[in-house]
Amino acid sequence: MARVFWCILIRDLTLAMRRRTDVLTTLFFFVIVVSLFPLGVGTERKILEILGPGVVWVAALLASMLALERLFAADYEDGTLEQMLLTAQPLSLLVLAKISAHWILTGLPLVLIAPLVGMQYHLTGTAIWVMMLALLLGTPILSLIGAIGAALTLGLRGGGILLSLLILPLYIPVLVYGAGAVEVSRIDLMDVQPYLMLLGAFFLIALILAPLASSAALRISLE
Amino acid sequence: MRPEAATLMLEVVGLECRRGDRRLFSGLGLTLEAGTLLHVRGRNGSGKTTLLRTLCGLFAPDAGEVRWRGESIRDLGDEYRRDLLYFGHLNGIKGELTGIENLAIAATLDGDRVATADIWTALERIGLAGFEDLPTRMLSQGQKKRVALARLMLSRAKLWVLDEPFTALDVDAVSLLQGLIAGHVAGGGLTVLTTHQEVPLTSGQVARLDLGS
Amino acid sequence: MSLNWFKLASPASFYPVAGRLVPLFWILTVGLLLLGFYWGFFQTPDQLGGSNAQKEYYRIIFIHVPAAWMSMWLYMVIVGWAAIGLVFNTRLSFMMANAVAPTGAIFTFLALWTGAFWGRTSWGTYWDWDPRLTSELVLFFLYIGYIALHSAIDDTRRADRASGLLAIVGLVMVPVIYWSINCPDPTQCAALHQRSDLTRIDGNILFSMLIMTLGFWMYSFATSFMRLRGIILTREAESAWVRELLSQENPK
Repeated sequence: MARVFWCILIRDLTLAMRRRTDVLTTLFFFVIVVSLFPLGVGTERKILEILGPGVVWVAALLASMLALERLFAADYEDGTLEQMLLTAQPLSLLVLAKISAHWILTGLPLVLIAPLVGMQYHLTGTAIWVMMLALLLGTPILSLIGAIGAALTLGLRGGGILLSLLILPLYIPVLVYGAGAVEVSRIDLMDVQPYLMLLGAFFLIALILAPLASSAALRISLE
Repeated sequence: MRPEAATLMLEVVGLECRRGDRRLFSGLGLTLEAGTLLHVRGRNGSGKTTLLRTLCGLFAPDAGEVRWRGESIRDLGDEYRRDLLYFGHLNGIKGELTGIENLAIAATLDGDRVATADIWTALERIGLAGFEDLPTRMLSQGQKKRVALARLMLSRAKLWVLDEPFTALDVDAVSLLQGLIAGHVAGGGLTVLTTHQEVPLTSGQVARLDLGS
Repeated sequence: MSLNWFKLASPASFYPVAGRLVPLFWILTVGLLLLGFYWGFFQTPDQLGGSNAQKEYYRIIFIHVPAAWMSMWLYMVIVGWAAIGLVFNTRLSFMMANAVAPTGAIFTFLALWTGAFWGRTSWGTYWDWDPRLTSELVLFFLYIGYIALHSAIDDTRRADRASGLLAIVGLVMVPVIYWSINCPDPTQCAALHQRSDLTRIDGNILFSMLIMTLGFWMYSFATSFMRLRGIILTREAESAWVRELLSQENPK
């Protein structure tokens, strides 16, 4: 089981390393969206401090959304996804490996770049730490839930727009608690705990259910 | 003959498949025993690919069922897929990876531990010596297909389902593939294939199924 | 008895049954709505609540609340049919789910629309990020997603199954979304809406609300069955019974 998981994980990472631009586009999309907001709403320090957490989270949502379209698409086009459906391995395990690789390539960079964009919004050191922690817990949920949508919209024309229509409403809880955690950390660090616990609980539930739903969706899409 | 091989049998019972609102075939039944090749023929759009995908369990039939060793493939699940090798219109290889990497991943997913040396041999036999370490997107259409077909040599699957395996192959590769299929059937395996060419088989029985007639 | 149900589950035999039921449901719809409106306008008190009372405009409740109830109920109906379809591979149940979806979306929209008017008069704003209103908006997005996914897929079977799965995923997420909107701060919860307590409401108001809900329900049946008949005809266009039916209706 673990051998197959690693096999797919390393395969997807190798593929991404041989086509690096895909990874970088997501990251730069995130940075650009975050950087554009102050130009639109004004650069007043007070406003930015209030907007910061929400903007970063919405940008993270959109960035992970943008990357999701490619999650299964390449494998679908060259037939390797079809072969995965026909192996004697549990499909949800393969899907989980693909999601993990996808998160390492698109979610983790967002977590790591968070301090940089946090400074653009004058967030304090503690707030940035909390934001990184919240992103670390939250971005995997985005990948997990998003995978269901990516599997459902596989190979459809206008799939990307459709995907956002289906998935963005489902991201609301992550947005609410992710941004909320950073928000309250500005007042009292002790209040952060319940937010992070909730994100952690969502992560565990998504970890169990999302691969199952995604593999069911893949079987439907590849009929 | 081993008792396991004796029960090796693919059955199709009362199969009905639709695509969209169109009925492709209904009431289809057949039995395929070990050491047989089934050649599915029919016009374009007669449902050959759908039938093959149904046999693999990729497509759920609207009625009837497919049985392997006497059990429904829906109930068998992973156990059936262990015995199955499907070769579709798409090669199922990654352009960014080399032939070696592609085959190693395919073998791991099949649950086999294949030595790298065996993969080298397989690629050499299929006529790709010297190309093993190139990303497959550098290869020609026919060479890509050969990489995919090298899987046939490495797999231990009992049932081969091949959809148009001969297209884009040159004369050498066609005869090589014919040899592989003949060897598989002679060794007690089963093969279901579609092709517009006549396949002279050297051994085993050949059954024919005409769709849409 | 069980045999009858299976017979009904085939599109060919359900088509005429639905056809006979549609007029009946329309009559019930009109009757119930008339009764509901009459009761709501003439048999209920002129204002709601004690201090800071809501005057005549509170009567929006007779459309707003039943529409909101129906929007939620119809989503459950869709999920129910989709689940049956996915498990038993029955085509009619997917058609049912598809036929219900537009009606559900319309009720969701109606609840939002009337909610905005009610909000204008009682809160002084058309829109507020009130938890229930926001949840209703999310429900509207879910309906739109369902309909959009279904219409984006050409292959009807994949469309049915994919959107069915989406509806189920949506249902699993709805409580989480509702809760996160209701409780953005996990340590405390607040809501703009008063806690609804049906027993505290005046009997006449409750009666008209229930009658209106029943009327909306009958309306849902009527419109869904009409749509269902259309879907059945399109999908079964190739089959013998539809051709026979069409040749009877258009003798040439």
